[in-house]
Amino acid sequence: MAISDLLGGFADAITPVNLLFALLGVLLGTAVGVLPGIGPAMTVALLLPATYVLEPTSALIMFAGIYYGGMYGGSTTSILLNTPGESASIMTALEGNKMAKAGRGSAALATAAIGSFVAGTIATLLLALVAPTLVQVAINVTTADYFALAVLAFVAVASVLGSSPLRGLAALCLGLYLGLVGTDVLSGQERFTLGIPQLSDGIDVVVVAVALFAVGEALYVASRLRKGSVQVIDHKGGWLTKEDWRRSWKPWLRGTALGFPFGVMPAGGAEIPTFLSYATEKKLTKHPEEFGHGAIEGVAGPEAANNASAAGVLVPLLTLGIPTSATAAIILAAFQGYGIQPGPTLLTTEGPLVWALIASLFIGNVMLVVLNLPLVGLWVKLLKIPRPYLYAGILTFASLGSFAVNADPLDLVILLGLGLLGFAMRRFGWPVAPAVIGLILGPIAETNLRRALAISDGDLSVLVDSWFSRVVLLLALLALVGPVVLRAVRGRRATPAEVAQEQEEDREVQTAANREGGTP
Amino acid sequence: MSAVVVGYVPHPRGRAALDHAVLEAHRREALLVVVNSSRGDALVDEEFLRGDQLRALHDELAASGLQTEIRQPVRGRDVAEELAAACTETGAELLVIGLRKRSAVGKLLMGSAAQRILLDVDCPILGVKSSPRES
Repeated sequence: MAISDLLGGFADAITPVNLLFALLGVLLGTAVGVLPGIGPAMTVALLLPATYVLEPTSALIMFAGIYYGGMYGGSTTSILLNTPGESASIMTALEGNKMAKAGRGSAALATAAIGSFVAGTIATLLLALVAPTLVQVAINVTTADYFALAVLAFVAVASVLGSSPLRGLAALCLGLYLGLVGTDVLSGQERFTLGIPQLSDGIDVVVVAVALFAVGEALYVASRLRKGSVQVIDHKGGWLTKEDWRRSWKPWLRGTALGFPFGVMPAGGAEIPTFLSYATEKKLTKHPEEFGHGAIEGVAGPEAANNASAAGVLVPLLTLGIPTSATAAIILAAFQGYGIQPGPTLLTTEGPLVWALIASLFIGNVMLVVLNLPLVGLWVKLLKIPRPYLYAGILTFASLGSFAVNADPLDLVILLGLGLLGFAMRRFGWPVAPAVIGLILGPIAETNLRRALAISDGDLSVLVDSWFSRVVLLLALLALVGPVVLRAVRGRRATPAEVAQEQEEDREVQTAANREGGTP
Repeated sequence: MSAVVVGYVPHPRGRAALDHAVLEAHRREALLVVVNSSRGDALVDEEFLRGDQLRALHDELAASGLQTEIRQPVRGRDVAEELAAACTETGAELLVIGLRKRSAVGKLLMGSAAQRILLDVDCPILGVKSSPRES
């Protein structure tokens, strides 16, 4: 059944227009993946206004391409510059940059790209197989259960992403608050509108997402325009040897096996599986002496893991309507823009759209592996763009997009205000992703909570009525308390996120040292 | 001691400028100041010397028997401003720069660093083209 649906999806996705949008998506995605500080979430947010003029299928195919492309692009910067383009590529930088320094840059790029392709293809296949089955389960989920799932997603994302659970939760609450602004659907009461009539419809998701990601990042970069550049390592050198293939294929598969389930779980995207994959490869390798000096396994595993988790993230998004990463949250907002509510009924009501989306992921993957290696030179050229020009362009797009939503100047004021907030969040180490997830998932969770309470006549026990919600809420509690307890028991370096963070800090220090080393 | 300042980039035109600057510095028995600046606002700047390239330049200048100095300012200022600053600071009697052929459209879009240098710098300027087969 799934196979014939998938074939139907291919038929929709292979139309020339949709192929063009897939190509555009993967090119844009790779470009933003390459540029540090600009990620797929920001790009999809900037392009959300495009949904007003595009067919849903074309727009979502483009967004999915951006999402996948971002995962490929991040590896290029990690390997050649030792500056990860996005957080999922931090682990790749550890070994990949060493390989490039040893003159094996091409091999590192190749194992990253092919690993991403293998993992992406397997994981998308898993997505196509798992999604219909999961929908069967999800269809029985009650409003109370759904609320419990949303709570789990909130807590997991908030406590796992970023440097501390407290900052994550604070960012989440900020997003939930912004989601509250507007007219209450059930009672008609205005909430936090400050008497401004334009706010009674709520703050548009496009404006908030663009402000937090694009304006916040632009201000942050402007505030600390790094004087000085980093050295780009030549990517010449041999292609994958037979030995490299032999050493790469197992890490690719292991990375996929780690990445996909972590993507499916509401555990906040690709950072943890890439870290675990790196740790696993380090433990299992037959060449432990090479780790830290450019071991190919340390590139192959994490790169496979981050692409597999990218596909995994789409599972809860498409079957439950629960986003577990910032990009997924914004893709959810795109669905809502078309009046489509992702959830258990999505596969039945919008079947052709979903299958075309999944088919386009396969196509995008093929495009990425074909385009990525020959175009490395072009991607590196992107890094030569002076950042003032780059961010001026982004700000222009951000303002245009926000203004286009309602053609209301007030949106630009909100854009700037929230942009300053986004800057402050970066400056003080608050993760942005929980805020965006809170903003988009918050109203959905609220609706479900109030429906459940309306059915039970205000009796709170309905929330823990079924075993499903009990287990999910218990998991949420664990996700909240777990990191704190682990830290108390095992001291620092308790959770993978923290270790990754630490490694990132080391890297920051190291690149800073490199930078200074450039000017004797 | 008088000084000769040269703007250097790792291209044929920079090479030509450096060669002529070495000759001029010998002739004038002057200090040779090599300026290789970056505005520092892009993540990658391939005209900024580092690593092996920088060591090679050091060795070459040491072998020339001149008194030399390499400056690599990264202060967010463009090359014309940096060269003007270097000339003023050292009281240079000559500035040597490399020139290349530019299209009218290219100049319109990107401006011309050479033109800015000619207009902004207060000391005599020697413009050198790279030998035709190299460029």
